[in-house]
Amino acid sequence: MASGHAQQISVGLNGQYKSIKQAVEKANAGDTIIINPGIYHENNIIIQKPLTIIGKDYPIIDAGGVGEIFTLAAKNITLKGLFLKNSGMSSVDDLAGIKCLDAHQVRIVDNKFDDTFFAIHLSNTNGALIRGNRLKASAAHEYQLGNGIHLWKCKNARIIDNEIKGHRDGIYFEFVTNSTIKQNLSDGNMRYGLHFMFSHENEYIDNTFRNNGAGVAVMYSHSMKMHRNNFEDNWGTSSYGLLLKDMRDCEISGNKFKKNTIGIYMEGTSRTQFHNNIFRENGWAIKLMASCDDNVFLKNNFIANTFDISTNGKLVLNTIDGNYWDKYQGYDLNKDGIGDIPFHPVNMFSFIVERVPAAMLIWRSFLVQMLDKAEKVIPAITPENLKDNYPTMKPYDLDRKNK
Amino acid sequence: MTRIIKYILYDMLRTRFILLYLGFLLLATFSMYMLDSDDAKVVLSLLNIMLLIVPLVGVIFTTIHFYNSYEFIEMMLAQPLNRKKIFISQYLAVIMALSLALIVGVGLPIFIYGVNSSALMLLYSGLMLTFVFVSIAFLAAVFTRDKAKAIGVGLLFWFYFALIYDALLLWAIYQFSDYPIEKATLAMISFNPVDLARILMLLQLDSSAMMGYTGAFYKDFFGSNMGFIYSTMVLMLWALIPVSWSMYIFKKKDL
Repeated sequence: MASGHAQQISVGLNGQYKSIKQAVEKANAGDTIIINPGIYHENNIIIQKPLTIIGKDYPIIDAGGVGEIFTLAAKNITLKGLFLKNSGMSSVDDLAGIKCLDAHQVRIVDNKFDDTFFAIHLSNTNGALIRGNRLKASAAHEYQLGNGIHLWKCKNARIIDNEIKGHRDGIYFEFVTNSTIKQNLSDGNMRYGLHFMFSHENEYIDNTFRNNGAGVAVMYSHSMKMHRNNFEDNWGTSSYGLLLKDMRDCEISGNKFKKNTIGIYMEGTSRTQFHNNIFRENGWAIKLMASCDDNVFLKNNFIANTFDISTNGKLVLNTIDGNYWDKYQGYDLNKDGIGDIPFHPVNMFSFIVERVPAAMLIWRSFLVQMLDKAEKVIPAITPENLKDNYPTMKPYDLDRKNK
Repeated sequence: MTRIIKYILYDMLRTRFILLYLGFLLLATFSMYMLDSDDAKVVLSLLNIMLLIVPLVGVIFTTIHFYNSYEFIEMMLAQPLNRKKIFISQYLAVIMALSLALIVGVGLPIFIYGVNSSALMLLYSGLMLTFVFVSIAFLAAVFTRDKAKAIGVGLLFWFYFALIYDALLLWAIYQFSDYPIEKATLAMISFNPVDLARILMLLQLDSSAMMGYTGAFYKDFFGSNMGFIYSTMVLMLWALIPVSWSMYIFKKKDL
């Protein structure tokens, strides 16, 4: 506290200090540390006072596979423009590139992460801003990986414009509330692109989830908002664009589900609104389990999916009215744009495939089409009440540019 | 040989059957593109034509043509011409006529309304089916002198492949559903050219769903080029074996 106001400290070849750890130790609260370009072999840098650390031209901080790189435990810390590499790997300690413990109002901006176990790990940290980071991991097995951005018991976090590749879960939320996830790209993560557990009243908007084990899993949460996201190419035996389990009171609108094995898989989900979504070229657009109730599907486009909706029981407690189905073959005599006969989106053959998956091989054969036609006339296997009473004749204009 | 093919092609154009077929394909494809704005849906509607109409026309046209040109064949055999050459000319001429009709009738609208991979695959599988069913019809035709019988046999094959075989397959899949039957089902599919052509289309239209089920074997098959290569190879066999067999019979046959 010599001068009483914030100072600037430089680290590196021509700087005041050779190591970051030293600089952090000597700095006063509120100081700014500038890290010059270079390679720094350091780990376990613990910051317990409000500091701003800025890297010039992405200085590389390499932990050499031992321990963590930064541990933050104070309010108002900023980390910007750093390149963090090779943290230690331990599932017991959850080692991370940047770990925040009670570090409220932390700002982690424009950093790069390469092969860190967890990249950014927040516990009990409110008001965090995580923006513009590039995360990459390249381990071959799930147990060798941590989550890209991991939040535990946080509030009011903002996670914007990050890119996460090759981690276990791209973004993981547990006991996190009132947070925003915006414009991120989650690509090629082993488990989920984005994963919520017991996290309420969050929103995620304009993100892209591509080619992950499964796109987004939202479980045991309520009042979530999911808008304008892209769920693409999530392929595999139990792969979903979006998994909803024991959810209620959510809004899901303007999303695009393309080329997923299952677009949305939902069980135990209640009072959720699905508006203006596009389902295109999925294996199953929606798997709607009979444990779901009071959900409303309105103004969605279902185009070129193998199966539009499949279910596992006769009980239907959801409303599926006023959508566009490309498989609809009805007519519109009064020209009001709404088909005059209801559409049954459940295909009889999906029940057969459910029981004997290998039967998928005769899909689209003449025999299967005949069976399906017969079933449409006299429903015997498929639930009669699962129908769209007001199917539109033309698709809704929902296409927008991809991010 | 090219000269013989030329004469046979002229002859075929005179019967107008090919022109009718071409007209039908053009009309059907154009009208589907006009009715539906979505390309994926058009391909789906055309799929039925490919899997049902194309084999049917292949069978009927080939048999009728073969018997109608019986006298022409006899006349040519009186000339110093190789029997093999005469037969191959006949076969190639029929294939060329039907393929051309298909390429123009379906291909032209596709090129006008926008080319995409699944539409091209549709055309490709249609061509493959033409080859196969012309070969089968030739075999049926050289076996007997009775025209009605040959058409009957050809139709039976068509009906069997288009409908009955899938029913048997579904029954078998159900019966043995407790066993790992993935490879067995794929082997069974190989015994039906219509199914093989359908698989080519599934690779295009339903890969997302096919990836989701039935384990790593299908995943390899449907997720890589393996499915395409395998189907094409087996379809080739389906075309080559009947035609070489019928050529063998034709060479020895007392006409």
